[in-house]
Amino acid sequence: MWKTIVRRLILMVPQLIALSIIVFVMAKMMPGDPFTGMITPDTDPARIEELKEELGLNDPLPIQYVRWVKNALQGDFGKSYTFQRDVTSLIGERALNTFWLSFVSVILLYLLAIPLGILAGRYQQSRLDKFIVFYSFITYAIPTFVLSLLFLYIFGYKLQWFPTGGSVDIEVEPGTIQYIWNRFYHILLPAITYAILGTTGVIQYLRSEIIDAKTMDYVRTARSKGVPMRKIYTKHIFRNSFIPIAAFLGFTITGLLGGSIFIETIFGYPGMGQLFVSSIASRDYSVICALVMLYGFLTLLGSLLSDIILSIVDPRIRIE
Amino acid sequence: MRRKKKRYRKNGRPRGIGVAFREFQKDKIALVSLFLLVLFILFVFIASFFIDQEQLMRINLYDRYSRPGEKYLLGADQGGKDILGQLIIGARNSVSIALAITLITGFIGIVVGLICGYFGGWVDYIIMRIIDFFVTIPSLLFIIVFVTLVPKYSITSFILIMSLFLWTGTARLVRSKALSESKRDYVSASKTLGTSDFVILRREVAPNLSSLLIVELTLNFAGNVGIETGLSYLGFGLPPTTPSLGTLVSYANNPAVLQQYWWVWLPASLLILFMMLAINYIGQALRRSVDVKQRLG
Repeated sequence: MWKTIVRRLILMVPQLIALSIIVFVMAKMMPGDPFTGMITPDTDPARIEELKEELGLNDPLPIQYVRWVKNALQGDFGKSYTFQRDVTSLIGERALNTFWLSFVSVILLYLLAIPLGILAGRYQQSRLDKFIVFYSFITYAIPTFVLSLLFLYIFGYKLQWFPTGGSVDIEVEPGTIQYIWNRFYHILLPAITYAILGTTGVIQYLRSEIIDAKTMDYVRTARSKGVPMRKIYTKHIFRNSFIPIAAFLGFTITGLLGGSIFIETIFGYPGMGQLFVSSIASRDYSVICALVMLYGFLTLLGSLLSDIILSIVDPRIRIE
Repeated sequence: MRRKKKRYRKNGRPRGIGVAFREFQKDKIALVSLFLLVLFILFVFIASFFIDQEQLMRINLYDRYSRPGEKYLLGADQGGKDILGQLIIGARNSVSIALAITLITGFIGIVVGLICGYFGGWVDYIIMRIIDFFVTIPSLLFIIVFVTLVPKYSITSFILIMSLFLWTGTARLVRSKALSESKRDYVSASKTLGTSDFVILRREVAPNLSSLLIVELTLNFAGNVGIETGLSYLGFGLPPTTPSLGTLVSYANNPAVLQQYWWVWLPASLLILFMMLAINYIGQALRRSVDVKQRLG
């Protein structure tokens, strides 16, 4: 067991190195340097050269790369020139917002997808099943930004059930119960959108698992023992089908990260995705690089998580 | 000889197009989707010939947010530009860009996948590691960054950047199929007869993958329409002077437009939705006709 996890971790190292090289090259390709915003027309060109020398920008690229990695490992990604503050603390703040949004989304996603998947599998070919399959087809086909906008328009503006932007109202005092509720309230609409968009995979997987399980020997044995059908579904089949669903968690997180760019932009939610889009617009390259690196790292972590859960659940797919 | 073939077809199982046709007959929604989509694409391509793009994109503040039916059939946006014309050209652009990306990524994917699956060995190992890497990186972010980095940005560079990140899925699928296919007897037999690898791949293995590929490419096509309009929506897709469905939808980022001027963004959103659903429906029907277990007909 532990062997597999360690092997999987070692497998991640070259991927991380490759990712960091690409991000570094990307950073070098970007116009401007760390002094952007600090230089005025009267700055002495000799002084700029001096600064460059000091920061080691004239060193060969491999040396610069090693230094960059060293700094990044210590959490130093430079300064954001639009916000005039450390990139790390800026992203940290936004990452927390994104984390809460993703957290609520994942919970809603499973709350929605598991019952639907079970019902569709249990009453296969019934009207309910057809409806659920149709629903999961629609949510699979609809692009994130279209659904988000429609939801924002309908539930945010027309019906006014939800706030239409931000992560919290200004007038609420931090630290109170109301504050927490208010934040949750702001998260809810984007999270519901997220959850609806993400259900397809889980529903289809669970449905086909349950349909397959119906003909398994252990189900027949349970039936011949006289276990009521309801109990077979809740106790026997569900437990077996649920384990692989848990392994989906990593992929779900990976999917959420990609969607966060759209959802956070549309709902005006100050998370990492929104920060990324606004940094691109303002050409804030140090933030962009750090965010690409972080997103890449989290994506790798997501697939790592899935692989580890899968190898715990299903010993057949452990890495040789 | 010809007659014999015909008779065999008649008596034997229906194949290829026949199966797909039956599948469409059984699934009325897919049939309607196919019909509407073909009609829509024909309309858009023919109608766009009669639209002067420069005149269409000229800003005319007198018609700012004019309501549908006032001067233009579907109203105008904040620049006083005709929505209907933009929808037509935008849809044409989306369809052609998505098609171009699908064909490019499809071609790369098929070639790389066939080589990996058929030859195996260290070539396969290296390319698979590269593909694994592409799969694990956040490609959407990279596409956005590259789009902003390219100095002379145009539709062509947009297509190439997208293709660079989107070919891996097809390559993986083709590889896994080619791998199992290349172990079949007919390939070994052909090899024993001295057929060259290239001929085996092109004339013998590739045709056996074709039905699967049609499904994959159709679904990719739908996905590419979604990604293109999504990126244009964020402002990292087509240049702002080019009419695009995504750009029309992006006007809704302004809350005033979202609430009051629904005719600016809603038709484009619905059009995107229609295209995505229709193409996906067709893809699903094709997939069923490829997979015997799932067939309806």
